[in-house]
Amino acid sequence: MTRKQRRFTLIGTGVGIFALAVGLVLYALTDSIVFFNSPTDLTEKHLAPGTRIRLGGLVVAGSIVKGKDLNVRFEVTDRNKSIAVSYQGILPDLFREGQGVVAEGVLEPGGSFKADTVLAKHDERYMPKEVADALKKQGHWQDDYAKKTDAGTRKTP
Amino acid sequence: MIAELGHYALVLALAIALIQSTVPLYGARRADAVLMGVAEPTALAQFGFVAFSFGALVACYVTSDFSVATVFENSHSAMPLIYKFTSVWGNHEGSMLLWVLILSVFGAMVAAFGSNIPATLKATVLAVQSWVAAAFYLFILATSNPFLRLPQAPFEGRDLNPILQDFGLAVHPPMLYLGYVGFSISFAFAIAALIEGRIDAAWARWVRPWTLIAWIFLTLGIAMGSYWAYYTLGWGGWWGWDPVENASFMPWLAGTALLHSALVMEKREALKVWTLLLAILTFSLSLIGTFLVRSGVLTSVHAFASDPMRGIFILAILVLFIGGALTIFAWRAPVLKQGGLFAPISREGALVLNNLLLTVTCGTVLFGTLWPIVTEAFGYKISVGPPYFNWTFGPLFAILLAVVPFGPLLPWKRGDLRGVTQRLTAAFVLALAGILVVCVMEGRPVLAAFGVGIAAFVIVGALTDIVERTGLWRATFPIALRRAAGLPRSAWGTTFAHIGLGITLLGIVGETQWGSEQIVSLRPGDKVSLRHYDFTFEGTAARAGPNYRELATRFAVRRNGELIGEMVPLKKSFQARGMTTTEAALMTRGVSQIYVSLGDVSQDGAIAVRLYHKPLVLLIWLGAVVMAIGGAFSLSDRRLRVGAPKPAKARAALQPAE
Repeated sequence: MTRKQRRFTLIGTGVGIFALAVGLVLYALTDSIVFFNSPTDLTEKHLAPGTRIRLGGLVVAGSIVKGKDLNVRFEVTDRNKSIAVSYQGILPDLFREGQGVVAEGVLEPGGSFKADTVLAKHDERYMPKEVADALKKQGHWQDDYAKKTDAGTRKTP
Repeated sequence: MIAELGHYALVLALAIALIQSTVPLYGARRADAVLMGVAEPTALAQFGFVAFSFGALVACYVTSDFSVATVFENSHSAMPLIYKFTSVWGNHEGSMLLWVLILSVFGAMVAAFGSNIPATLKATVLAVQSWVAAAFYLFILATSNPFLRLPQAPFEGRDLNPILQDFGLAVHPPMLYLGYVGFSISFAFAIAALIEGRIDAAWARWVRPWTLIAWIFLTLGIAMGSYWAYYTLGWGGWWGWDPVENASFMPWLAGTALLHSALVMEKREALKVWTLLLAILTFSLSLIGTFLVRSGVLTSVHAFASDPMRGIFILAILVLFIGGALTIFAWRAPVLKQGGLFAPISREGALVLNNLLLTVTCGTVLFGTLWPIVTEAFGYKISVGPPYFNWTFGPLFAILLAVVPFGPLLPWKRGDLRGVTQRLTAAFVLALAGILVVCVMEGRPVLAAFGVGIAAFVIVGALTDIVERTGLWRATFPIALRRAAGLPRSAWGTTFAHIGLGITLLGIVGETQWGSEQIVSLRPGDKVSLRHYDFTFEGTAARAGPNYRELATRFAVRRNGELIGEMVPLKKSFQARGMTTTEAALMTRGVSQIYVSLGDVSQDGAIAVRLYHKPLVLLIWLGAVVMAIGGAFSLSDRRLRVGAPKPAKARAALQPAE
């Protein structure tokens, strides 16, 4: 094999693998990206039912209703609008009223939201970033969150 | 008092780091042995002061000195001693101190054991490493001082985050940091080589042990983190493609590529510039990892509240080091003598393919991790979920695994693909047998059969090399054994590492494709079945721990009517923080596990229970341990030992002829 051919093989393989990776990335991006929305976004955007989204906000106090077979309903608010969420399964340990929460799932016809995952964070002083931003956008960001945030600098490694 | 001394020691460490980062460098340019000689004592002194500082913080935690802010925030007098100790790094400030402690340990190790490295290179390496150290000391002192006092000392601390009150915290962060930070040595070696404008096979030999140490610890650290998350979070998963997991995985991918490309450089003096670039990129990814964890720019299970100021500071460090290193690279790399080209079908060719696949895979992970930040700048908040990573990482890594067995069997310079394929016949046959067996036995997911096939191919392929070299089938067993003992340790290292890869894959296939799960609401006396196991909920009991109360629920587990054991998942509530955590119960059956974790208790006494059957799940982490054992074998290879290329006479005096 000549020098030229060797170089060509090397570059060709490199370009080939890179192209494969780019192809996979583009393919994967089309159906595994989920947009984050606040309850206000949802009421304004009128997304089609069945759209997969992430919904973030605070759990409305007194809205948690536990039904049979681990069904649970609650409302999520950004202090402007609120959305009813239904979920079946086990809620995270830190899920509670007034706490920031991020739910992932699909919109149902009728404007409610069916979650298949509910995330609450590992630290009682922590507010998920999207939720904090959504609250700020609605002008309901309270300084005590920020203060709590300052005091609570921690992480799980 | 002790806190102030610790703080002061850290300031002194910064001062020493500043000396170490300039004087030896100047000395190396002037070929001044005295100035270069400054590097070693300063590196040792730096370690001494940081160790003292760390010791001071440990003392504050162990004695529950709540006048120190971080102790108050993260400790509690009723905690067991081990958690008082580990909570030192269970928070941002302390974990950064651990980071610099490990950094200084590595610096001191190079100073103490790198006696075979030429004086100028060693001085430059220690200076470069000290730049990183100085930047992080400054970061700690300016934004995250762990020794800050409170004006009034509270009586009791706020307790460590209950999730961190686990043995995992004692092991996972130190291991991970040994990995992350260990790559700073390869980085320093790369920058030093660029500054010196000289690089050769010997360079690769000097760097390899450090890269290997870092890689071994990173492998174990990631595996440990994964197992910790698996048993402690009650979600039953072991990897979620969370940004912080990715942050530790990317340096692993790049570091693995670095290990392999350094091999080519060591044996064939090729891929020099590429190896340097990989060394820079690997440590850069470690820094990016630190940034992602510390700055809170991404929402992740690890992202706890953080201070934006710190994010900006780390971002500045990031830009300075990555940007600076790449600039030096762009400026100096053309000066280096290029290595020769080689035949595509050869050991070198296989290693290049390995590097291409690993770096491209690493690139897709990096893209997926950072893409949400990019889109957020344009006003879209998105999350890139596991499907993205499965679709990009999966196929690329499958290709990589399929070519892994070929590499070690190909000779250097020029290989013969047909010959190698023939030698791999046994592996092919066994892989096909594996696929068929799985198809017949389980029938469902084709992907599972395919995965088992690749895993078998990787494992048997790795063994092929050893079997051939020891002549296991031809010679008598004692001869084969003697030959095996005589094989270079690095050959064993390769075999073990590759077998480990296969074992992990087998575990992943088993867990993801054949696992089963059930979520039910149970009352005492209720029965539930999962796979071949029957569970009886026997009842609950409340107990008190040192700084928590726990609800223990007992399950009797039966198989075919026969009692095989009891499982006791817990729910702990920690008063100091008003937090509840769930502790799953695990029952190990061979390499499979049954996993029971608890959810809410409702008013009527029913309790939500999550049951999993996880076939082969332990292989995932066992494989990582086998990989690390492979790394240790390579590290112990005499030819690669840190002080290896000493004059032959000195060694002959110590070791009589074999």
